[in-house]
Amino acid sequence: MTAAVIVFPGSNCDRDLAVALQQATGQTTTMVWHKDASLPQGLDLVAIPGGFSFGDYLRCGAIAAKAPIMRAVVDFAQRGGHVLGICNGFQVLIEAGLLPGALMRNAGLSFVCKTVTLDVVTTASPFTQDYSPGGQVNFPVAHHDGNYLASQDQLKQLADQDRIAFRYVDNPNGSIDNIAGVLSANRRVLGMMPHPERASDPALGGTDGAALFQGLRGALTLA
Amino acid sequence: MKARIYVTLKNGVLDPQGAAVKHALGTLGFQGVEGVRQGKLLDIELAATDRAAAEAELAAMCDKLLANTVIEDYRVEVLSE
Repeated sequence: MTAAVIVFPGSNCDRDLAVALQQATGQTTTMVWHKDASLPQGLDLVAIPGGFSFGDYLRCGAIAAKAPIMRAVVDFAQRGGHVLGICNGFQVLIEAGLLPGALMRNAGLSFVCKTVTLDVVTTASPFTQDYSPGGQVNFPVAHHDGNYLASQDQLKQLADQDRIAFRYVDNPNGSIDNIAGVLSANRRVLGMMPHPERASDPALGGTDGAALFQGLRGALTLA
Repeated sequence: MKARIYVTLKNGVLDPQGAAVKHALGTLGFQGVEGVRQGKLLDIELAATDRAAAEAELAAMCDKLLANTVIEDYRVEVLSE
């Protein structure tokens, strides 16, 4: 499986994400600068990291979503490519129109930085297939704008189509329906606020995230 | 041409910042503040001279970038020709 991580000015989880992908795949992760207009050939996965792209100016992820590389990322997703967005990356995917809903200021107004427990809601995706059905994982969150909101119609569609990937056990930010991560209709785009890449090495406080990257490798290597 | 764009949360979308401001105003002794909604204001200078064309372009800017129309409304005002 070959993966690329997109780097924006203000991205700060790009190296962590690249290392987590490298540990899972054994292959070097390509770093792609936001001003590039095209992705490397033959990619299996595009990953959009956490951080504060463009200083969170205007709205979190809004400026990054219009960066030159994002047109290529949207094309990649529309051709059936796999895309993972974590934290700011989730905000970017929503602003780019690849996932439904919006991410608003946390209901408590505070920046939330702690490890949270999540329910794995579906294992029917390349991102979550290596988790146990009904299982729980512990991932760190670190965000100010992770309060997920979607219309009632969108929520019904997400639930009916089994597209809610993770839910918070103890909601840290006011997200509707405790939603922590959602999948696209074709199940190949995942956006989530918690950080699996920060829970993928025993030296760094947990390994629950490693199965996400290993699941991806399994799905995309066979494909 | 100068224009001003207001971006506000849609009615019904919870505004925790506005709620915090409302609470702080009450703490300061301002009684009778029944609601506060926080939004954004953008002043834009345009080279355009045609008012209708400018308004259409400003609306397109809002739809594509300046507002997240999932949760936000916007209003465009042309201030001077």
